[in-house]
Amino acid sequence: MGAFSGLSERLSHIFSKLKDKGKLTELEVKGAMREVRIALLEADVNLSVVKQFINNVTEKAVGEQVLKSLSPAQQVIAIVKDELTAVMGGDSSKLKVADKPPTIILMCGLQGGGKTTMCGKLAVMLRKQGKKPLLVACDIYRPAAIKQLQVVGKNADVPVFEMGQIDPQKIVKGALKEAESKGYDTLIVDTAGRLHIDDQLMDEISGLKKTFNPDEILLVVDAMTGQDAVNVAKAFNDVMDVTGVVLTKLDGDTRGGAALSIRAVTGKPIKFCGTGEKLSDIEVFHPERMASRILGMGDVLTLIEKAQNAYTEEEAREMQRKMREKTFTLEDYLAQIDKMKNMGDVSQMIGMIPGMAGKLKGQDVSVDESKMKKVKAIIQSMTPAERQNPDSIKGSHKKRIAAGSGTTIQDVNSLLKQFAQVREMMSRMSNIGKRGFRMPF
Amino acid sequence: MGIFSKLAQGLKKTKEAIAKKFYSLFTGRALDEEFFDDLENVLISSDLGVEATEQILERFKDECFERRISKAEDARELLKDIMVESIDYEVAPYEYPLIILVAGVNGVGKTTAIGKLAKYFKNKGKSVVMAAADTFRAAAGEQLEVWSQRAGVRLIKHEEGSDPAAVVFDALSSAKAKGTDVVLIDTAGRLQNKKNLMNELSKINKVVERECPDADYRTYIVLDATTGQNALSQVEAFDEIIDVDGIILNKMDGTAKGGVVFAISAERELPVIFVGVGEKIDDLAEFDAQTFIDSLFE
Repeated sequence: MGAFSGLSERLSHIFSKLKDKGKLTELEVKGAMREVRIALLEADVNLSVVKQFINNVTEKAVGEQVLKSLSPAQQVIAIVKDELTAVMGGDSSKLKVADKPPTIILMCGLQGGGKTTMCGKLAVMLRKQGKKPLLVACDIYRPAAIKQLQVVGKNADVPVFEMGQIDPQKIVKGALKEAESKGYDTLIVDTAGRLHIDDQLMDEISGLKKTFNPDEILLVVDAMTGQDAVNVAKAFNDVMDVTGVVLTKLDGDTRGGAALSIRAVTGKPIKFCGTGEKLSDIEVFHPERMASRILGMGDVLTLIEKAQNAYTEEEAREMQRKMREKTFTLEDYLAQIDKMKNMGDVSQMIGMIPGMAGKLKGQDVSVDESKMKKVKAIIQSMTPAERQNPDSIKGSHKKRIAAGSGTTIQDVNSLLKQFAQVREMMSRMSNIGKRGFRMPF
Repeated sequence: MGIFSKLAQGLKKTKEAIAKKFYSLFTGRALDEEFFDDLENVLISSDLGVEATEQILERFKDECFERRISKAEDARELLKDIMVESIDYEVAPYEYPLIILVAGVNGVGKTTAIGKLAKYFKNKGKSVVMAAADTFRAAAGEQLEVWSQRAGVRLIKHEEGSDPAAVVFDALSSAKAKGTDVVLIDTAGRLQNKKNLMNELSKINKVVERECPDADYRTYIVLDATTGQNALSQVEAFDEIIDVDGIILNKMDGTAKGGVVFAISAERELPVIFVGVGEKIDDLAEFDAQTFIDSLFE
């Protein structure tokens, strides 16, 4: 269920227990902090970061003012959120652009972190921003790495510069010439994965840094990395003095503790995160929003941004009206499924809705192709009246619909259930705007 | 053993290595509360996870007390024994024809592991065919092709984007026709929460079970040694679909040492079968719990 959901479930649970109590004693806060400690450790947050975090929060939370306030639990949660945000680095940070083009972005990291895919995602993002990026293939070791970047480049609709398996210094030099003659304003340099303890390969990449002085050196880190994440980040940062970190594979059910640790240990900001397999699955990393998500408070801003990318203003207004008036029908649903697909993983989006993370655990809300075909068939086997008012569909109707669409009554039931969930989610979404932000605990 | 000296060499390179932490922990200290706290920290920092750490720590404390051990040096072998025991499993030897399905999340080194496995079986005098059932990732087939040439084995490959189950079917038919000993199936990396990709894996699994019901069929999950507690959820999800028989623990040449296998072991009996310690074709070793633990401590 999307990034951080495991951790956010644990934390929501801990805090809801706190909230049940009107007044808090120092002992109760400390007890909760012990549980928070375990939750963070199981989410792979680095041990020393956890200790620091717990100390800071406990110190602030057991103060007189907090414990004697009217809503101590809310205050403690607020402190945890602030501290989480601080650990992850306060504000979000942008890509640096060179005064004189081309801007050089150098990607580095361990093997298998997702550098090549991330290069493609950055390229798509920059292209959409009106830039003219060029992908540069400097992974001269892994079999077929250049081919992979070429395929990624083709999908991203961004050209790839390669010179085969020769010295990366020469490749980047060649790419700079190419950029000059063809007017590319950003070079995205893909490099081979390397171990931070491999001196020879670390020399190679620090050589690139010395010669070309890149504007951005981005360390690509797999969000599923365990306690070792900080060692890796530290080692790369020592050699490369990276300008930022990119977290990949945040779409697994990873609890993403690495995100919390790396910034704390290196002092370098997390700039982007990869959240899916499509080249458009890249998000700017917002520490404050991520803190909300971790705490199960949702991330409405990101959700709205995703929606803005998928809907025109007019469509959005029409949708809003339907949500508000609860006139959203199965026919609208069918049309929306395609839109939703463009927005990304449904379960991920649900996780961004305040109070929803964890609520749908174990329920399958993912959208896949074969299922979509089924959904389409089922809805098309309904009468217009049924599509307008799904609640009216009774047993015998279901039988007819199942027969008409070549599915089973269970399929029809599960569609109706899913539809009800979506409608619930939608009315929540439209209500967030009306009521203002509300703590879900 | 050579491969583990390489592993130990990798460990020497880094100050943060677990071995160093263990070493300083067990040198000239009394077995007091502070010692046990420090040990807990070392275990957790090694990705053992809270539960496995507590289990090991509890047993260790009990036995130290029972045997009246008071000095850290004397307790060292005891801890090693407990750790070995918690991940040591009996594994049935291979029978041929043998089919190995290799699965795992993205970027853990599945394709590389297949390349090394091909060489491993070839060294044993077995004939090998690879099935390039990762038809999803850009250039995955080409990558495997290079490995098949390096290992000198056959490869069955379709176009990118084709049905992976069909590739597997062809590879199995080809192996049956030619009497090949070992079929190695490379699959696309998939995050464990991607339902349709997981269904695809289940389809591949069914093809193997249907086409070769009498073959020795093993399903391995590849884990990245740097992965933390998420490995538990990876194992759980893949186990549900392909009934995982064992673990290939990759990237043991880094500074992380795959401590999460203890966490996995605390939850289910799943042996580590191979460890990967580099990018060369011979950088694969059969897993041995004692050697593994020794390499952590020395």
